[in-house]
Amino acid sequence: MVVIKRAIDTLIVFAVMLLAWQALHQLVGDTALPGPVPTLQYLVRFLPTARFAENAWATLVSFFYALILSYALGLSIGIWMGVHRLSGAVGEPILISLYTLPKITLYPVVLLIFGLSTSGRVTFGAMHGVLPVALLTMNAIRNIPLVYLKSARTLRLSKGQTILTVLLPATVPEVISGLRIGFALTLLGVLLAEMFAAKHGLGFLIINAMQLLQAEEMVSVAVVLFVFAVVANALLLIIEHRLHRRV
Amino acid sequence: MSRVGWIRLAVIGTAIGLLEISCRLGLIDHRVVIAPSEMVDALVQLLISGQANDQIARTFGIVTAAVLISIVLGFALGVVIHALPRLREALDPFFATYYAVPIFIFYPVMIAIFGLSAIPILLMGVATALVAMIIGTLNGLDRIPRILTKVARVHQMGKLSTALRLKLPAAAPHLFTGVKLAVSYSFIAVIASEFILAPAGLGRIISDAYTDFDNRRMYALMLLLIVVATLVNMTLHTLDQRWAARRGLVKSWS
Repeated sequence: MVVIKRAIDTLIVFAVMLLAWQALHQLVGDTALPGPVPTLQYLVRFLPTARFAENAWATLVSFFYALILSYALGLSIGIWMGVHRLSGAVGEPILISLYTLPKITLYPVVLLIFGLSTSGRVTFGAMHGVLPVALLTMNAIRNIPLVYLKSARTLRLSKGQTILTVLLPATVPEVISGLRIGFALTLLGVLLAEMFAAKHGLGFLIINAMQLLQAEEMVSVAVVLFVFAVVANALLLIIEHRLHRRV
Repeated sequence: MSRVGWIRLAVIGTAIGLLEISCRLGLIDHRVVIAPSEMVDALVQLLISGQANDQIARTFGIVTAAVLISIVLGFALGVVIHALPRLREALDPFFATYYAVPIFIFYPVMIAIFGLSAIPILLMGVATALVAMIIGTLNGLDRIPRILTKVARVHQMGKLSTALRLKLPAAAPHLFTGVKLAVSYSFIAVIASEFILAPAGLGRIISDAYTDFDNRRMYALMLLLIVVATLVNMTLHTLDQRWAARRGLVKSWS
């Protein structure tokens, strides 16, 4: 019952958003914002084209590498700062202030170093994703209740056993939260990079469509990205909730 | 200052020092990064000349407006949503998803609707900050202890004085977290919008300086933004932690 009720709630919110979109469209007219129906029609025609495939692929490739880099670096920094207390105490405020910085300011520097290349976009995406992953991983390790470690000792678990059966399960849910936020921010970083300066990618496509006054294409691409982000976030949230319940 | 504080200062100092030395020795090409001392020098001269004053005022003006709108509107919406549990339940998935969507994909749509002016930028600032303030308000209102309502009844306090003298202080630490996030999110959104496309503003002139290969100007403006953002965010962060600690809350970084 609860599941059905929730699904209905979500549908209602979704319907309200669509209605708001339609209303805004009526208000500002076709050239600024096409309504949901024409956008969907355009989307159906646009999705199978090679142009969409090429640009979506470009974004996916940058995003994929950026995500790997975010996770690898973020987890390493987070584990190091969680285990080594002094490094954590020294580094945490630095990471927090970097986290709240408008990182787009630094994108020209990335461009000067890497040029207008995929590596630049990957670096910029990773710059966004690394910090939440590192901060949440560090917190997860720091917040392990001392009693867990004591019970592990009482049960005479070996170091390997302690890590596998106590530390890992205790930290995983929060680490997954970090990975989820890291996912969202890495995507944001890659798209910002594409919107600011690029010749490929979905971010570029949106800006390009706006400059060419192709409102339908602009909104269509935004819808595709919106759906991708929402679905990915929902999947990661489901995993997160499962893990939280298990602990 | 504590030992940890000194070590942190040393780490940051060493990093800047290394950058300075590498730039001076030519290990880093000055067409890529200029020496930190030169950035400071360029910034001081830029500020004295007053060339960028209009842009600085414009950007910080938009950020301030976005923050104020988000705080007032976010608080009001938070109070309304908190009073309607059914609505709140329905909005839950919406809040959980909101920050997963790269909201800047809608910036060009805003430009198409409102034209290339300060309005789309302001709207992006509000759109990113508003939901953080709503969530902060909901969290704060959730954590008002039941006992306070009873205390108010015992003392026969009116609705208004209960709200102002008991409920508001009890919810304040979480409200402040909302404010803190609203400030840093507005900042990020406004600057990023100006970078992507804007008629004027700090983000725009940094991006112009980049296009013109005017590194001195670019790094001066970058330094200005980074220093201001860090100072504002760290001040709010410290206040937030101190406030939370005084009320016996242990708060994580978020």
